[in-house]
Formats: sequence, structure tokens, C-alpha cells
Amino acid sequence: MEIAIDLLNLKKSFDGGKDYVLKGVDLTIPKGSLTVIIGFSGTGKSVLLKHILGLIKPSSGTIKVLGKNLTEMSMDELIHFRTNLGVLFQYAALFDDMSALENVCFPLHEHRRNLPAEQIIEIAERKLIASGLDEKHFHKLPAEMSGGMRKRVGLARALALDPEILLYDEPTTGLDPILTEMVDNLIVETHEAHEGTTSVVVSHDLIAAFRIAHHIVMLDKGKVLLQGTQEDFKNSDVELVQRFLAKGLRTQ
Amino acid sequence: MLQYWLQHRDRVNNTLDEIFISVGLKIIGFFHNTGKTFLFFFECFPLAFKKPSRIDEIIRHMEFVGNKSILIIILTGSFTGMAMSFQIYLGFQLVNATNLVGPTVALGITRELGPVLTGLIVAARAGGAMAARLGTMRVSEQIDALEVMGVDPKQYLVAPRILAAFITMPLLCGVFDFIAMVGAHVLCINILGLDEAIFWDKIQLWIDPGDINEGLLKSAVFGLTFAAICTNKGFNTTGGAKGVGEATNQGVVNSMVMIIVINYFMTNLIRFFYAVTG
Repeated sequence: MEIAIDLLNLKKSFDGGKDYVLKGVDLTIPKGSLTVIIGFSGTGKSVLLKHILGLIKPSSGTIKVLGKNLTEMSMDELIHFRTNLGVLFQYAALFDDMSALENVCFPLHEHRRNLPAEQIIEIAERKLIASGLDEKHFHKLPAEMSGGMRKRVGLARALALDPEILLYDEPTTGLDPILTEMVDNLIVETHEAHEGTTSVVVSHDLIAAFRIAHHIVMLDKGKVLLQGTQEDFKNSDVELVQRFLAKGLRTQ
Repeated sequence: MLQYWLQHRDRVNNTLDEIFISVGLKIIGFFHNTGKTFLFFFECFPLAFKKPSRIDEIIRHMEFVGNKSILIIILTGSFTGMAMSFQIYLGFQLVNATNLVGPTVALGITRELGPVLTGLIVAARAGGAMAARLGTMRVSEQIDALEVMGVDPKQYLVAPRILAAFITMPLLCGVFDFIAMVGAHVLCINILGLDEAIFWDKIQLWIDPGDINEGLLKSAVFGLTFAAICTNKGFNTTGGAKGVGEATNQGVVNSMVMIIVINYFMTNLIRFFYAVTG
């Protein structure tokens, strides 16, 4: 089994070691899998994601992404390496002075400088259509778009450089159930359409995790409580997992 | 009073301690922030000359800092020139030295008021906008998005803004100087009835290109100052919309204070330089 992301005894403290947000996370995410990292609020999910992206340096431990140790990289190497990663942020984080099309063109302009402008636009339009955005919205600014449309543009932008790893930060937070299902389906469709791509979704939505994930990781109090398949979770006798499952199923 | 102090000695001492500690912390905080801004500036400014070239961004920000400030510079410059020349005329009239109104106004404008007022106005307008824009981008994760796209946000967002302010400020200062002198001319010649030939002859006699250059140099430094302070505040914003407001406010206030403080030291430094070089 090839490994996409490998975290070893990852610890992070923001106050010089008094309190640890991550208390020794050991986590392995297989290449090509669709993994969902779940947990209650404040368990360190977003902090973990920022470590995988190299946005935060760990207090100790190693982070290997696609076989490269991020903790040993210089800033320039890290900036270059991040072109292998695509991220859909919680609120899409679109550049608000650019239209949908310009947002998707931006990473292509930055990293495919040899491509002619027409080809960049063509690729961006293809990505937007693949993400399910109607052509009539291509020239709208983010402020003129709905939440769902922004997510689609955010996904198209994340896919622009054909990354090997796609990360989703709480993609369904604040969305209504219909939109949540739409985003979940989009994640699965995108994963299936990009063979070999590793998808990592950070979420607190257990139902979504059960609906889409091949591999589930549950975080609690800065540590991995359980990781495995849906069956492993259903058969687990860990009390917190059972509570989480019961609550999730009740909500469903 | 003494009896009161003896009775409440402990309490007074505690209060004094608190005052000293509070003032001390403020002073330490000031040096800490200044140091951080310097480090931020020295980290970001060289990135403006690093590949990939951000010439489009630099021109865009020059247009924002420069072109969009022209109207306000013209307006303030003309009235400053008129007000200053009127006050100086009133003062010099008392000692029968109205012939010197022109060069005195010109010296004051080119060396001091031109760069300082341009700095303050542009810091409030463009500096505030820089801090607010970067702060909003920070809290809405747009800066994180740039980073994960493999784009250095300091090189893309900060360095072009600092370089644009550095290039544009002397141009704006030149415009301010020119317009202020036009205002002074209109007031002194057309309204107060001073002799036009004497007015300009005395200016030519007393004003060196060095005086104008001094103002232009100061304004370039003020450009670096407000751009570094405001981009630093905006780039490192925390705490949502409230944080953006605070960053903008602190950026503008700190820039204005620093411009006035730096102006004093630069004036002395330049005088010292002229004294040494003759």
C-alpha cells in the first residue's frame, strides 16, 4: 500500500508547551483513498489539516506528504511543493476581487506560465464545468454567488493544477441538508473522476463520513482515537465512538 | 497631604507601581512592535525584486496609491499653500519683510509641509485601505489559499504595495509642492497684491534643488514607513471583523505618528549631512 500522508507522533502547542492541541498524532492515509477525519469541535482537526498543508510548524514529530518530510523543507521548497495539494476551504476563500473564472485561472497563471492565455481560460472553464458551475455564472464575483456556487468554484480552483492530494476543510459546515448532500456527492464524483487522487475531508459530520469515506479517522483531545473502515467503526467498543455514532444516527 | 500619604502609603505605592508597570509595558510594546515592523519590512521588501516578476501588481498599486490620491493632494496642497502664505504674510508685514514671503513659504512647503502632509494624507487613505484589504484577506482565509496554491503571499501581496508606495510618494509630494506654490502665488500676487517678479526672484535666490530633493527623499521614506506598518498590521490580523477594524486603526495611527517622528530625525540628519559635506 502506497502512503500519501504519514504523520508520526505529531505534537503542537501554541503557548510554549503549557497546553498541547495535538498530543502525539500518528496517522497514515493511503494513496488514492477518500479519508474523512472526524471529531468534535476543538479536537484539533483544522490544526491537523494546517500541518498537512505546511501552514503550521509542529512542536515535534514528523509530517511526510507524498514521501517528502515537510518539517525539513525550506519555505521556498514548501511553497513549490504545495502545488501538489489542492484545498477547498470552509468558506471557499475565493479572491473577492476576481470573478469565478479568474479565481480558477489564477493558479494556472502562477504555475503554468508557459501556457497561452486562451489555453488557461479553456482549462479553467473545463474545471468549472466539471465542478458543476453553470456557464452563466463564470463572470460573477464571489459576493454575487450563493454558498453552493462558491464551493463549486473553490473546488474547481483546487483542481486547477491537477493535484495529487485534495483536502477539504469542513466543506459542509453551515450548509442546509440538500446542499450538504450536493457537496458530499461532488466530493465523491471528483474523487472518482480523478483516479489516483487522495482526498482528505475534515468534518464533524459523521453521516457524511459514513456516506463517502473509504477510510475514517476519529480525533479526540488531540489524538487519534480510532482509524479504519466504516465496519471498524460500527464494531468498535470505544465509548466515545459509540456515542458519536449514536448521536450521528439519531440526527439522521 | 504628607499625612494622607503616610496613612495610605501602601495603597499609593501600589498604584504608583501599577502606573510604572503599565507605562513600562507600553514602552516595551512600542519597541517590540517597531522591531517586528522592521523585520517584516526587511523580509518583504527584497521580495519585490525576486522572480516571478510582479510588475502588473506594482503598477496596479501605484495607480491606487498615486492616481487615486491626486485629487485630495491637489485640494489640500492648494489650500495649505494659501493658508501658509497668508499667515507668513501677516507675520512678515509686521517687520516690513513681505519680500521674503515667497522663499519662506517655498522652504516650508518643500522641506516640511509637502512631504509630511502628503505622508499623512496618503497614509490615512491608501495605508488604511492596505491594512483593511490584507486584514480581510487574512480573516477570510484568502492568504492561506494563496499559500496552499504555492504562491508566496508576502511576495504577491506585500512587496508590490511597499514598492508602489516608495515610488509613488515622491511623485505625489512633487505634485503637492507644485500646487501649494500655485496656491501661494494666487494668494500673494492676485489677492494680497505682492510684486510677482520679487516673489519669484526671491524664491529662485533662496531655494536650491537640494531643498526640493530633501522633501522628495523624506516622502519616499514616509511611503516605505506607512506601507510597511499598514501591510504588517493587515497581514498579521487576527480575530475576525473586529481584528480587521483594529488593524486598520492601529496601522493608520502608528503610520501617522511614525511619519511625524521620522520627519524630525530626518530633518536633523539631513542638516547634519549638509553641515559635514559643506
